[in-house]
Amino acid sequence: MTRTGSVMYGWIWRLLPGNPAAKALTSLVLAGLVAAVLWYVVFPWLEPRLPLDPTTVGR
Amino acid sequence: MRAALRVTGELSLTAGLVILIFCAYLMWGTGAYTAGQQTLLQQQFLQEKGTDEPAKLGRIQLGGAVAMLAIPKFGDDYRYAVVEGVDWSRLRMGPGHYPGTAMPGKVGNFVLSGHRTTYAAPFNRIDELRRGDDIVVDARDARYTYRVTGKRVVAPTELDVIAPVPGEPGRKPTKAMITLSTCHPEYSAAQRLIVFGELDKREDRLG
Repeated sequence: MTRTGSVMYGWIWRLLPGNPAAKALTSLVLAGLVAAVLWYVVFPWLEPRLPLDPTTVGR
Repeated sequence: MRAALRVTGELSLTAGLVILIFCAYLMWGTGAYTAGQQTLLQQQFLQEKGTDEPAKLGRIQLGGAVAMLAIPKFGDDYRYAVVEGVDWSRLRMGPGHYPGTAMPGKVGNFVLSGHRTTYAAPFNRIDELRRGDDIVVDARDARYTYRVTGKRVVAPTELDVIAPVPGEPGRKPTKAMITLSTCHPEYSAAQRLIVFGELDKREDRLG
């Protein structure tokens, strides 16, 4: 009845092919890819749009 | 219903993790850009210093290297090339000089602005400066040592602090001053921390 574990990540886990070891490896690679896209694409785009760390007076 | 709640929970956890990584990016990722730009600016400064053209002193292009800034209290490694300009794209490169304010060592107010937490955070520790601490500015013509005279926390709208005589706009300056500005409190946009200093000595460049 009540399943323990993650719904969303469980669903992704079941979609991944191969045995648990292969699944684990693929998920690591996927997580790395997501982190890289965030770090090199999303965050550099987002950061100038946020009023972070202003230093000047006036304007 | 249960599944929907759980998915919401998982999405929230994921969002939290992404925000954590974003904070890490702000603190370390942005600094990598600054480090690269600093290398370029320092090279540019050293080259231009070598040419020794007095005529060039007055015209430094936006984005060009104005001087080298050192604060002995923060250690020998504390050296930043000061870039001309204080808009967002310049301050990513390092501490910036407000265009139109005095040049290093000249009578008036040499006003610098720098990030407190992001982009290598050059002005992160300027709250530790006390009266009498040295701020060393290596300009193209000479080395100018300023001495800290005071510190204030002001509203972001308070333009008076960058006047030629800090705090007294309209008055004609008779002394060479320095003013540093950064955000305050740390990680906040609410106020600005301002450090004032006065020129203490000038040393001519050797050779």
